[in-house]
Amino acid sequence: MLTIEGLHAEVDGKQILKGLSLEIAAGEVHAIMGPNGAGKSTLANVLGGKPGYEVTAGSVTFKGEDLFDLDPHERAATGLFLGFQYPVEIPGVSNVQFLREAANSQRKYRGQEPLSGGEFLKLAKEKAALLKLDMEMLKRQVNVGFSGGEKKRAEMVQMGILDPSFAVLDETDSGLDIDALRVVGEGINSIMRSADKGVLLITHYQRLLDVVKPDRVSILADGRIVQTGGPDLALRLENEGYDTVMANA
Amino acid sequence: MPEAAALPTRRDEAWRYADTDAMARIGVEALGQWREITLGDGETLCETMLIGSAAPELHRIRVTLGEGARAEFFVTNTGTDFTRLEVEVTLGKGAHFEFGGVTIGGGDAVREFVTKTVHAHPDATSNQTVRAVHWGTGTGNFLGEIKVERGAQKTDAAQDFKGLLLEAGASANAVPQLEIFADDVKCAHGATVGQLDEAARYYMAARGLSPETAQKLLVQAFIGDAFVELEDEGRREQLLAAALEALEGASL
Repeated sequence: MLTIEGLHAEVDGKQILKGLSLEIAAGEVHAIMGPNGAGKSTLANVLGGKPGYEVTAGSVTFKGEDLFDLDPHERAATGLFLGFQYPVEIPGVSNVQFLREAANSQRKYRGQEPLSGGEFLKLAKEKAALLKLDMEMLKRQVNVGFSGGEKKRAEMVQMGILDPSFAVLDETDSGLDIDALRVVGEGINSIMRSADKGVLLITHYQRLLDVVKPDRVSILADGRIVQTGGPDLALRLENEGYDTVMANA
Repeated sequence: MPEAAALPTRRDEAWRYADTDAMARIGVEALGQWREITLGDGETLCETMLIGSAAPELHRIRVTLGEGARAEFFVTNTGTDFTRLEVEVTLGKGAHFEFGGVTIGGGDAVREFVTKTVHAHPDATSNQTVRAVHWGTGTGNFLGEIKVERGAQKTDAAQDFKGLLLEAGASANAVPQLEIFADDVKCAHGATVGQLDEAARYYMAARGLSPETAQKLLVQAFIGDAFVELEDEGRREQLLAAALEALEGASL
């Protein structure tokens, strides 16, 4: 579903990704773990198409298309969702307005009819309830005045509404308390666990992986995937740390 | 300002950023054409205006407010040639003047609001909010003079200007001018000029919004401040829609 081959990318002239290769099949949840500065967020931003992240070599194929041929909004409409580590505040724009425009922009790109106001609100209510986010929050401005946990839950509500086929979730567990972590984890399962969907889950901690059980786990270090294994790899990392696990690889 | 039969030059403070060549095309006689509005004690007026066309325009309004009177003006200025609105207001005791204005456009035109607010008596309040969105080599100006006369105690006057420039070459000018002769007054003014928030644009793109739609939403949020105090939702929508229509074709 998502194939990354020999990806090199730099930010401000500094090489961050140095030949990263990874393949994620439909139906797979793939966790990426790695020490600080390894390039995890850079990978997410390169996949999302963030300005300032320059791909110098390699390729990414998403659902058979060259991802780099698509602008960021076209990637989203093709079914790629990027969950932000730090969701952005947009003063003056309500969540409802933002998400309805987003959903309908994506539908338009795919040649589908737009959702009516009523259809959209029904969908939004359903997904907000799934993530235990008060519908009143969705009437407020995008992420403005939201706590860290509320922002992350709102991200998952967005994901539920937009219903992507592939999600790149960049440290979605950061800033969450234990209860919120469970709600968000179960939200990911409910929205994305499907034979025709895939997830790339970037995380530092095992605790999210206790809820969203990954099929495979890779270690990203110094801009490359250095090791890939089953769910037990994450447990070993949690117990032994990166240095020990990577030394024994 | 004397209603003289001479065209202004940019040496005149109130015409500092104006397109005086365009003013010459409008003609000197327009300078003498003031619309006079007088509100008696306790009377109210709420006026919305869409100004601007392909020809230069000068609008001059002079307002006198009686005790406790309230005048509100909300204006979208979308001129593709020089378009200037002047409002001179003299406030009676406890009166209120509300002004919300948006200038929006590209090309090389100058759009401007020039207000002169005279707090002549105590307890009057005024609030002015102007937003300017420009691209190309377009310009938006807000020249706001506030005069608080001796004895106009407890005056509360506020002026807020924000400019949003969508590309290099566009400009926004704010000239707040405060003359205060009373000692127990509040006068606030603020002016900032910036660009669209890149982080917000990327976030919106990541959710599938095209650059055009993202820009439209961000501009709508930005200019919305100018019309917050307009209670009539229908008229507010009209002013916003006119501004957003002018945005079509703006650089991204």
